Amino acid sequence: MALTGIQIYKLLPQTNCKECGFPTCLAFAMKLAAKQAELTACPYVTDNSKKQLEESSAPPIRLVTLKAAGGEVKAGNETVLFRHEKTFYNRPGIFVQVKASEGADAIKAKVSAADAYSVNYVGIDLAVDGYAVIADGGDFGAAVQAVRAVSKRPLILSGKSAADLDPVLAILAGEKPMIHGADATNWDAMADLAKKAGASLALVGDNLEALADLTEKIKGKGVEEIALDFKAPGMSQHLALSTQVRRLALKNFRALGFPIISFADGDNGRDAVFAAHAIAKYSGFIVLPRFAPELLYPLLVLRQNIYTDPQKPIQVQPGIYEINHPTAESPVLVTTNFSITYFSVANEVEGSGQPAWLVVCDAEGMSVLTAWAAGKFDAERIAKSIKEFDVASKVSKRRVVLPGHVAVLSGELEAELPDWEIKVGPREAVDIPSFMKQAL
Amino acid sequence: MPVEIPKDKWPGKIRAVTLGAIAAEGGTRVKTVTVGGQASLPFMHFETLMPNKPVIAIEVKDRKPDDWSKLLEEAWGDALNDPGAWAKAAEVAGADIIMLALSVTGADGKPTTPEVAVAAVKAILGATGLPVIVNGPGQVDLDNELLVPVSEATKGERIVLGVCEDKNYRTIVATAMANGHLVTARAPMDVNLSKQLNILISDMGMPADRIIMDPTTGALGYGIEYGFSVMERLRLAALQGDAMTQQPMIVTPGFEAWKTKESKVGEGVPASWGDWKERAINWETLTAITLVESGADILVLRHPESVKRVKAAIEELVTV
Ligand code: B12
Ligand code: SF4
Repeated sequence: MALTGIQIYKLLPQTNCKECGFPTCLAFAMKLAAKQAELTACPYVTDNSKKQLEESSAPPIRLVTLKAAGGEVKAGNETVLFRHEKTFYNRPGIFVQVKASEGADAIKAKVSAADAYSVNYVGIDLAVDGYAVIADGGDFGAAVQAVRAVSKRPLILSGKSAADLDPVLAILAGEKPMIHGADATNWDAMADLAKKAGASLALVGDNLEALADLTEKIKGKGVEEIALDFKAPGMSQHLALSTQVRRLALKNFRALGFPIISFADGDNGRDAVFAAHAIAKYSGFIVLPRFAPELLYPLLVLRQNIYTDPQKPIQVQPGIYEINHPTAESPVLVTTNFSITYFSVANEVEGSGQPAWLVVCDAEGMSVLTAWAAGKFDAERIAKSIKEFDVASKVSKRRVVLPGHVAVLSGELEAELPDWEIKVGPREAVDIPSFMKQAL
Repeated sequence: MPVEIPKDKWPGKIRAVTLGAIAAEGGTRVKTVTVGGQASLPFMHFETLMPNKPVIAIEVKDRKPDDWSKLLEEAWGDALNDPGAWAKAAEVAGADIIMLALSVTGADGKPTTPEVAVAAVKAILGATGLPVIVNGPGQVDLDNELLVPVSEATKGERIVLGVCEDKNYRTIVATAMANGHLVTARAPMDVNLSKQLNILISDMGMPADRIIMDPTTGALGYGIEYGFSVMERLRLAALQGDAMTQQPMIVTPGFEAWKTKESKVGEGVPASWGDWKERAINWETLTAITLVESGADILVLRHPESVKRVKAAIEELVTV
């Protein structure tokens, strides 16, 4: 629980010596509570008080980190229930599951394909974060070795008993995996194992009281990084538990202040649906039952979207961009500096194989129509960009192509740029390649 | 360890709105659909039960669309040429509501006529007993020219006329009021603009339980996060008691998702995008699911497989 000024005051020396720069300990305590001062300013706080104060100011959801030679995945440290209140910080890790029973060869094939996977969304390369290896009766050691033979990314090791998982830890020396599958029956040995391995521990259960008891016991064993798996039978219960845990954590209920791990499963696209739900509503680690590009791509994009800071639209630098090595004969296209807009257009022009100059106007990171409606993408601004980036010196033919959605601007732009020809392009970027072939 | 489950208790709740009228109510619908009525955030059954679940409308057109993805053409086949047959197929595919989106022009390139619009609506009303939404082509003059005769020809059916926007709502609201219909009110992703439009429409005398609001949405990858957050904020405002944000919400993930390259295009795209059909369906489905989680009451979809998946997800989410 975040402490009040009075509660903090009780932990201070109460001598009013003023060395912290405040007239009284109480004044200093009030500033601390308002997060406008640092505890280090008081040289006299006892170690015990320091510890209590630090604990009370720790983030409400524990940061959990998985690490391996090939990467790091973090979840937790979230501070809000709704992204518009501030932002969501740590994008959930997306893991692909392999089962020991699949056999080493099949595992290798699946993991190498998943490891090679990369998809570009608005200039960002997105990939799978790691793998969850399930001890389901097959040769678990061989399974982990098979994964490690082809991937260096972080792992989640899932099994019913510590004895199943213990032998493979030697293979992962120096890493920080997650051990999954602690519950009321095996938590003791699982916690010992996590402690020994320096791993985080995922706890399974759908009763919050029982889960809270167990996290306290596990913390008592020295394992601080815990994740919660509700193994809920359906999305309704999963959503209720996820929401309850998030709310409790934000009220500083420490025993449930941990990230959530969710296994998406089911047939006929149910896994995609469940994973999307988990992204929108609070999961920190999401395990997919299969590797499929058509499943991963939309999920990685959704994760990117939901975890975008609502205060900062993703933007590109305004300027003149050269695509496919343009020359003086190449056409000039204009667009805005909203990342999604820029990349939709740039990708199409690039894909067309035809050279072009792309003038990216400063529209304060807004899409074409949004910026137009907000007065940030008008004839004046476009003309200003054309002049500022000295486009005239780069081309022999003074002709500029407008996005089809803002065809209404062509008259005004003609007035702003009297010696330029203004041409209206298609509305959607998909149609740019054929337009360039036919009309330019 | 005792855990006290934090439950929100809200002063406000969402208005219940009923679409369609059965014979006893002056219409011809076999069933009506009621949305809204919630007193909690979506699916928080541990606080209050949800009186009505989110429903699915399938979008059909008065004629075969020129610019729809080949995947959608394959899915609906010949039904695309006949609004009645299309609506029937949509009902079979699981629609709770049929949404007719009128085209700007006929196949001949000339503006759609009132006769064509009315005929399409009649064909749909004849082919299915589901409630109907009729959207104009989205151009002020043409919308009014088509929606007024549609409204008059369907008096008493309690259809939904759309789309009212701040620049054009008076004619649509007036005809809806005169003929016992409902309206949708669309504002561009802004809590205050949505609220303001709802107020303008009610100020004309339209009862608030006959307004459904469209907060506007973007597709996955193309602005969905803005829609998601605006819907969450609208829902919170409504539950906090802000009366003119308490309308149920309609969103159009089908229209948005099938506009994207990811859904539309099968060739010449990166291999990392994967199988075209499955990707396109995921695009529409995940756009819809994300909006369901943020409070959508009516989802307008296009592909029958997406309908199946979104319906299954809603069933799971409403299970107590
Ligand atoms: C997301 C969004 C927002 C977000 C902003 C996102 C951002 N960073 O830009 C928010 C919520 C902040 C917003 C705000 C507003 N919005 Co807004 N918004 C949208 C929405 C849903 C999607 C826009 C988007 O991201 N599209 C995706 C990008 C990639 O599209 P694009 O930039 O147009 O690019 C495409 C094409 O234009 C083409 N293209 C681009 N460049 C070029 C160049 C050439 C040469 C060619 C050929 C093609 C081409 O390629 C791209 C892909 O096809 C649309 C509605 C919709 N569903 O489309 C409304 C929409 C654009 N918004 C609208 C409005 C009115 C507003 C506001 C003015 C509302 C208000 N008063 O508050 C504000 C303005 C901003 C402000 N004052 O702060 C209206 C515009 C109405 C109009 N037609 O005039 C729209 C259309 C909604 C509507 N139906 O009313 N909005
Ligand atoms: S330095 Fe510490 S003891 Fe001295 S006044 Fe400040 S808070 Fe009190």
